Amino acid sequence: MLEIRNLHARVEGKEILKGINLTVRPGEIHAIMGPNGSGKSTLAGVLAGKSLYEVTEGEVIYQGMNLLDLDPAARACEGVFLAFQYPVEIPGVSNTYFLKAAYNAVRKYRGEEELDAVDFLALVREKMKLVEMDPSLLNRPVNEGFSGGEKKRNEILQMAVLNPRLAILDETDSGLDIDALRIVAHGVNALHTPENAAIVVTHYQRLLDYIVPDVVHVLVDGRIVRSGDKDLALRLEDEGYEWARDLKEPVPGTV
Amino acid sequence: MSSDTQELQDLTGGEYKYGFVTDIEADTVPKGLSEDVIRLISHKKNEPEWLLEWRLKAYRLWLGMTEPHWANVEYPPIDYQDIIYYSAPKMKDRPKSLDEVDPELLATYEKLGIPLKEQELLTGVAVDAVFDSVSVATTFKDKLKDLGIIFCSFSEAVQEYPDLVRKYLGAVVPQGDNFYAALNSAVFTDGSFVYVPKGVRCPMELSTYFRINSLGTGQFERTLIVADEGATVSYLEGCTAPVRDENQLHAAVVELLALDDATIKYSTVQNWYPGDKDGKGGIYNFVTKRGKCAGRNSKISWTQVETGSSITWKYPSCILVGDNAVGEFYSVAVTNNRQQADTGTKMIHIGKNTRSTIVSKGISAGFSQNTYRGQVKIMKNADGARNFSQCDSMLMGDRCGAHTFPYIENNNRTAQLEHEATTSKIGEDQIFYCNQRGIATEDAVNMIVNGFCKEVFRELPMEFAVEAQKLLGISLEGSVG
Repeated sequence: MLEIRNLHARVEGKEILKGINLTVRPGEIHAIMGPNGSGKSTLAGVLAGKSLYEVTEGEVIYQGMNLLDLDPAARACEGVFLAFQYPVEIPGVSNTYFLKAAYNAVRKYRGEEELDAVDFLALVREKMKLVEMDPSLLNRPVNEGFSGGEKKRNEILQMAVLNPRLAILDETDSGLDIDALRIVAHGVNALHTPENAAIVVTHYQRLLDYIVPDVVHVLVDGRIVRSGDKDLALRLEDEGYEWARDLKEPVPGTV
Repeated sequence: MSSDTQELQDLTGGEYKYGFVTDIEADTVPKGLSEDVIRLISHKKNEPEWLLEWRLKAYRLWLGMTEPHWANVEYPPIDYQDIIYYSAPKMKDRPKSLDEVDPELLATYEKLGIPLKEQELLTGVAVDAVFDSVSVATTFKDKLKDLGIIFCSFSEAVQEYPDLVRKYLGAVVPQGDNFYAALNSAVFTDGSFVYVPKGVRCPMELSTYFRINSLGTGQFERTLIVADEGATVSYLEGCTAPVRDENQLHAAVVELLALDDATIKYSTVQNWYPGDKDGKGGIYNFVTKRGKCAGRNSKISWTQVETGSSITWKYPSCILVGDNAVGEFYSVAVTNNRQQADTGTKMIHIGKNTRSTIVSKGISAGFSQNTYRGQVKIMKNADGARNFSQCDSMLMGDRCGAHTFPYIENNNRTAQLEHEATTSKIGEDQIFYCNQRGIATEDAVNMIVNGFCKEVFRELPMEFAVEAQKLLGISLEGSVG
């Protein structure tokens, strides 16, 4: 589904990603862990097409397409979804209106008929159960005045509505209490199918108690230094990133 | 980052869609301003002697005044002798019905989306159409007359209801009020006149549509709306002009008067030609608008959506004289390219328990400068007066400016005043967030800007709220790279 080859990217002239290689197949969940500043969020941003990041080398093949050739909206319409670490507020635009605009934009892109307000509301109400969200949040402006937990749940609600092929969760666990974490994780698990895939970017192992990854990658200083199964995350938890930081070069055969 | 800025630039470069010129014969007076020109205008309009004297008094006051330069706008000196002060589409007699109106004129309004033929007007909006300096048609007049409501062109009011005009003309904006008001008082040619009698609630929206057509003319219209005791009226004005390389002056005066328990709602969708990308041409929109809440429990509400004009200078104001009077000002001002806007309001609290609300949304794009200037003044006897002001500015791109100048003067200890102000840059983050959900940049900008303006749009009458949203879309539309 996704193949990242030797990806280099920089922000304002500073190189952050220094040769990322990663292959994600349908049905897989990949966790990307790493210390602060290692390039986790940059990788998520590059995949979604954030213009702040400049790709200097490498390629990203997604569903047979060169992902880097698509503008951000087209990537979204092709099924790439980014759950933001800091969801953005849009004052004066109701959450429902925003969701409907997004949903119909994607349908239009795929040549499908747009859904009317009544049918759409039914769909949203169904999906809201998944994240146990207060229905009053639908009429409020997008993320405005939402608590940290509400914002993250709103991200998962959008994901549920848009039903992406590849979901990238950027530190979705940050700032969540344990109950909210459980609800968010439950949402992600419920949406997981053999046809889609997820990349879970996280700093802490704790999220992986709830979302069990097929592969764990350790990102240090812009490179994946080690990949393994979920036990790798536990080892990181015990030994800390200092241990991973010492792994200067990728261990052969683990990527 | 740079590609987003480029996109914003493209987006905000929408074309002006009302720039055509109607080829119609016009009756004009020679260029320039003198007592003779004023006499000629007054004569052409068959005005009573008192009105001519009123004009001449204004002219003499004007001669002693200097053009104000305190606004945050820049423009080359205006040659007031190089302007044509009267231009009217040639008509043999005043048309008695729409059937007698020149088809060319009707076609012009249809092109602008304002069909004047009543049978096509299913929206229940009565329209007065002003072409250059003259009102060409007023719809639904007879129906309103049955209720005692007068809605006609100013010229007609002078002929038919001279006593009412004489009683109220200048009652809110006197001739010598300011430079442009004095100029307008001397040369005003037409406009709308509305009188709603005691206890009558006007059953439909009243609307005036202003169009400048002729080259080298100014438009100096004058609107006077009087709501007698317990009366209610909602009024809307719209305006467009052809694309011209030279600047044209528009100096209007609007006076509103609300007596006891009366309510006037005045909405403006201003879309004069804004000039081209480099700031060539466009309308100088120097307008004096003021409402007087003379009676107890009276209310005046201004809502404006300002997208056009190369320069806008206007401060729709409320003088809250009657106890418990309410003044409101809701404004969206969009500037793009080289446009300049210096706009806001004045709320003067005189009566007890008077209340005012100010909500201003400024959006600047391109190289434009957008200024909010507002005054809240609480007089000594205005016990319990309250004001709430909120001024939000949004910047698109990094070459435009947003400025806020609030002036607050409180002379009463029991008054409560609140002022909130924010300035934000249209978030590249917000646009990216929308993009990431599949929404294209153009739609995203539209959505974000409309969300920003929502508090103002919801004050507009329904049909016009839709029109205003579309207009905003047009002002901000363009090709996305």
